[in-house]
Amino acid sequence: MSTPHTFVGMPRFPEAARAALADTQLRHNLAHATGVIRGKRAAVVAEVENWEELRLAGAAVKERALLGLDAQLVQLEESLTARGAVVHWARDAEEANRIVIDVARAHAVDEVVKVKSMVTQEIGLNEALEASGIAAWETDLAELIVQLGGDLPSHILVPAIHRNRAEIRDVFRRRMGQVGRPAPDDLTDEPAVLAGAAREHLREKFLRARMAVSGANFAVADSGTLVVVESEGNGRMCLTLPEVLVSIVGIEKVVPTWAELDPLLRLLPRSSTGERMNPYTSTWTGITPGDGPQEVHVVLLDNGRTRALADEVGRQALRCIRCSACLNVCPVYERTGGHAYGSVYPGPIGAILNPLLKGTGDPQTDSLPYASSLCGACFEACPVRIDIPEVLVHLRSKVVDSHRDDRVPKPEAVAFRGAAWAFADARRLDRAERLSSVAGRVLRRRGRTSLGRLPGPGGAWTDARDLPVPPAESFRDWWKRTDGGRCDG
Amino acid sequence: MRVALMVTCVNDAMFPGTGQAVVRLLRRLGVEVDFPQAQTCCGQPMVNTGYLDEAVPAVRSFVRAFEGYDAIVTPSGSCAGSARHQHQLVAARSGDAGLAAAVAETSPRTHELTEFIVDVLGRTDVGAYFPHSVTYHPTCHSLRMLGVGDRPRQLLENVRGLRLVDLPKAEECCGFGGTFALKNSDTSVAMGSDKARHVRETGAEVLVAGDNSCLMHIGGVLDRGRSGVRVMHLAEILASTEEQPA
Repeated sequence: MSTPHTFVGMPRFPEAARAALADTQLRHNLAHATGVIRGKRAAVVAEVENWEELRLAGAAVKERALLGLDAQLVQLEESLTARGAVVHWARDAEEANRIVIDVARAHAVDEVVKVKSMVTQEIGLNEALEASGIAAWETDLAELIVQLGGDLPSHILVPAIHRNRAEIRDVFRRRMGQVGRPAPDDLTDEPAVLAGAAREHLREKFLRARMAVSGANFAVADSGTLVVVESEGNGRMCLTLPEVLVSIVGIEKVVPTWAELDPLLRLLPRSSTGERMNPYTSTWTGITPGDGPQEVHVVLLDNGRTRALADEVGRQALRCIRCSACLNVCPVYERTGGHAYGSVYPGPIGAILNPLLKGTGDPQTDSLPYASSLCGACFEACPVRIDIPEVLVHLRSKVVDSHRDDRVPKPEAVAFRGAAWAFADARRLDRAERLSSVAGRVLRRRGRTSLGRLPGPGGAWTDARDLPVPPAESFRDWWKRTDGGRCDG
Repeated sequence: MRVALMVTCVNDAMFPGTGQAVVRLLRRLGVEVDFPQAQTCCGQPMVNTGYLDEAVPAVRSFVRAFEGYDAIVTPSGSCAGSARHQHQLVAARSGDAGLAAAVAETSPRTHELTEFIVDVLGRTDVGAYFPHSVTYHPTCHSLRMLGVGDRPRQLLENVRGLRLVDLPKAEECCGFGGTFALKNSDTSVAMGSDKARHVRETGAEVLVAGDNSCLMHIGGVLDRGRSGVRVMHLAEILASTEEQPA
């Protein structure tokens, strides 16, 4: 395998976005793909009469799990152990990766098949396995496209959303033969033909692999059941064919009881793929003798989740069920794509989740809460009612607060201190407005209606947008002069 | 009923015509508004950029200016949203229980202009006349934060002479987003260009919305392209009459 690219060293969002916005193919692919998914989602959500009640129910289940997370996790461990699974605890990516590598070494395997899993992307498992001489084969079609292309995922649900079918055909023709069964010579860019080539390529790996790695959409505490929701059946293959299965599960995936899966399994497919029900829902509870993997490991991963849980406003982000509805409705995401967010979690949820998991201090992470116009479309679409705009604003205040003791304040901080001073007293504001009115009168007398290029930060506005010349008189001065328009000449 | 106009800092400094239109319109509807001189800004620019401490003086000015009024009316969905949904947060940050109590009084009494006309005054026909083709952009905070729903449309549909043209992808954000327009200006402009394109597709003479800050952004893109489309605040259209056309 070629070494996959990584998100390490990505520029801050504004710079990364600028490059992405200039990629016309990306813009076209994204506008088309998000438009299609938005339409499908809207149609299947509209047909559910009590959608709002369902959202509340889903949010309540996750909230209940999170508020008693310590007890829920202990119960999950007990249930899993009782059913023959081996439970591991991992504080961070390194510990989790080490556990998977140790299991692989114990069985002397040099390859694993993988179910699509965000958490393994988060911890860089494929790269860690590769460094230990173990090949990790992605078996989800889109993940396969990303992996073969030496590319990075740009969407939670549809990681190759930035690629069109002509580009995919090219990747398959170039790369499949280097890592397994080659693509047929007559490969076209018809979706069914591309999927057929992937099926042939992957089948060989499913039948050969002795170990699989998965994540989980849900982990049920009272029964010890893990749940994977998918569309292609590749997950079912991975979860049933190999002898050894390792599942890496973020601790926020806990659902208290089997019955409480109900609202979540109804919310997820409609919100993610825009389907009434997803094609494959796999559930497994430890080991079933003589059926499926006979050695089952579950790695319960923190990696910043307890940090997020400690944040009273931000903890709602841990309700996320990774449906990506917020990405598909986000006008920022639609234009920049996922790579600009510099993380496997892009879009609105990524803009809050990454800072919550990692904390403040890194300039790239600190730029993410600002990567939003706060339009609120994400909150409206979120099936578990995460108030993303509220969390974004909260995280912005954490970023600002982390700079309060800077020896040299940023120009922005100085400007806002000035604004705070002016807004404390209307007389100060009035004086500032009079200065602006003088400028306005002069410019208007010269026939100007809009300002030209402004120097400094104002240039960020005027480089691409006109700005009107200030009025000759502020509203408050007009009010005083005319007694509220009662004696307007 | 004592009614105060919260004109907003952007309208005060940049678009006084909108404030004047609100005064004229409400006077025509039988409501004499006060303009409390102590008002400055709702604090939203600071809150939404993360400067909570810096928002405290603005919120103090707000409650000082508007305490005692039965209704506070503003021609901005965004600033109404700030007063209704963010002032409590700022008050909590200040640690001042008195400010929190004052905010609890002013917040629920703050109405966006169309909410006030339709819900409080019970009017959907304000006797306006505006003989032009118009397309309406529902700004995000009025749509999703306040939930003004179709109130602006109801009011526009009753304006004589006005031809209302549907705006494609109307509910998509224009890309203004306060300091987002500066901090992420490239993305902001990309969104604004798409909004401007949809506006031009309608063939309407006038783009109308309930927030001048969003209009300043969309209008800035339209004007830079010399598009020949006029942007107007909803209040100015509703204030327009045959005797005194906008």
